[in-house]
Amino acid sequence: MTSVAQSQSPVRRRSWGETAGRWAKIASRELSTVAITIFGLLLITFFIARVIPIDPVLAVVGDNARPETYEAARIELGLDKPLWQQFAVYVGKVFTGDLGRSVLTSNTVVDDIKRVFPATLELATLGTLIGCVLGIPLGVLAAVYQGRWPDQVARVIGLFGYSIPVFWLGLMGLLLFYAKLGWVGGPGRAGVAFQDLITPITGILVIDAAIEGDWEAFRDAWSHLILPSAVLGILSVAYISRMTRSFMITELQQQYVIAARVKGLSEFRVVWRHAMHNAFVPLVTVIAVSYMHLLEGSVLTETIFAWPGLGRYLTHSLLNADMNAVLGGTLVIGAVFIAVNLLSDILGRLVDPRTR
Amino acid sequence: MSVIEQPLLELDNLHVDFHTPTGIVQAVRGLSFTLGRERLGIVGESGSGKSMTGRAILDLIPHPGEVRADAMRYRGQDLLTMDKRARRKLRGRHISMVMQDPKFSLNPVRTVGDQIAEAYRVHHKASAREAKQRSLAMLEQVQIREPARVYELYPHEVSGGMGQRVMIAMMLIAEPDILIADEPTSALDVTVQLQILKILDDLVTQRGMGLIFISHDLHLVQSFCDRVIVMYGGKAMETLPAAELADESARARRHPYTLGLLGCLPDLDHPRETLATLNRDPAWLA
Repeated sequence: MTSVAQSQSPVRRRSWGETAGRWAKIASRELSTVAITIFGLLLITFFIARVIPIDPVLAVVGDNARPETYEAARIELGLDKPLWQQFAVYVGKVFTGDLGRSVLTSNTVVDDIKRVFPATLELATLGTLIGCVLGIPLGVLAAVYQGRWPDQVARVIGLFGYSIPVFWLGLMGLLLFYAKLGWVGGPGRAGVAFQDLITPITGILVIDAAIEGDWEAFRDAWSHLILPSAVLGILSVAYISRMTRSFMITELQQQYVIAARVKGLSEFRVVWRHAMHNAFVPLVTVIAVSYMHLLEGSVLTETIFAWPGLGRYLTHSLLNADMNAVLGGTLVIGAVFIAVNLLSDILGRLVDPRTR
Repeated sequence: MSVIEQPLLELDNLHVDFHTPTGIVQAVRGLSFTLGRERLGIVGESGSGKSMTGRAILDLIPHPGEVRADAMRYRGQDLLTMDKRARRKLRGRHISMVMQDPKFSLNPVRTVGDQIAEAYRVHHKASAREAKQRSLAMLEQVQIREPARVYELYPHEVSGGMGQRVMIAMMLIAEPDILIADEPTSALDVTVQLQILKILDDLVTQRGMGLIFISHDLHLVQSFCDRVIVMYGGKAMETLPAAELADESARARRHPYTLGLLGCLPDLDHPRETLATLNRDPAWLA
């Protein structure tokens, strides 16, 4: 009997110090990855600015400037310096929050982005929330009843979400819920009566209205927000539910699920506590990808709903060769991607003990 | 009272059929046995229906499968007419199962302690504290040193042998009467196998449980069980006392399939040039 106890293999101890140490190691690794990615992002935006066939000097001095003026402007802009110096100046400017001035709006690009990004952020966040709240249960249901009618219903909803064009859905939504039923607000972020009434704190109208305690404005902002979010949400529901289904089917076939049933657990507990917890590990990445996709700014949705978001701002700037705005916006989107990736990495580690 | 006499489990003419698009696959075809407070071995090749028999008893046959039987009783209670919910209440609390590989049969994202305590709390009204105390005591019973530390570990942090102890603790904490052990040591190192079997044997004997030991290892079954059912193609070829498997004088009474299985076993002391292959007679399944 003693031989049994003695031959047990050693187990890793996990003191608090060690746990903290391991997290510190993970954090330093993540941070160095982020630093490298940001450097790469800056490099790319910088070179895009050099490569595009738009002369930044001409944009300042105009087409009919004399050669002396042109040359003076070129030196003024620092374009006579070697590339690496120009890059250093550019990086310095980005980190001090100077992305130049938009030709189109004549505001600084930073100010423009402060205005348009929250609009996209609230749309994308609510859209992703809708996607999770509806998509995950739908996918789980489809997996549990694989091949039976709930699965077929989920399949049709997924197909619908994937294949119906967003502009059609948006227009039909406006026609039905705004024009006919009057349940929601029309295009734009707020009704005429509330335009620019709320002082931007976070820039997200519903939150700012709630902070100010202006519930009438809150209701108005909410009624404008819900329909475009729902349109984006349907896309997200389709994606998330399909992925949830496939992850859950894999998990439900695992041995630990049988073991959970042998213990006498209810099917609800088996599915949601045991299988779902495991399916959630890859699902974190899927949700992050879906969120990032919406954060780029959905040009079509923003156009239909006259939503002053990032997607519309970027498209507009691009079509008007407003390069500072385009590059600034690209930089912001890149930074958002990096941030969401980092977040999903951290969340993934929290969910899966094998990665920490 | 006849309570002592009453068998734990009675199976009469058990069938497990899978209705597939290409026809009916019969996994078990007419198996009958009774189980008392004893160690019953079920041996057979892959696909002989031994695992499906265990699953059928637990009402855990996967979707297209169907269970039929003339009788299926747990301590006199008719399992065939019992509803799903009542069958579930039996699982873990009255009939439990230790599975093959702890690497896969423990949930990777939850601590082992959490999983053991959960098995206790499904069947007993107990506070989290009490369930934890019970779980720690159970870990001690499967001879885990420092149960408090092991309790907090995740499955990937324990070895195979320890994982299987955890599995046994999890499946026995609600004190079932019947334990089905489905190849409980096949995934383990040979040295660890014996330790696990010893733990299993001690607990089964102490608690006076009925054990159904499913295996393809004839030597193991012979030394570990009281009685053995030899299965082939979903049918019992014969039922015999385990000791008779090795008894040369009983050879004449043996079923040819049992002799075939025994003949396939290599022997270190008397090595043979060519190992015998199984000779299967379709008439056995008629």
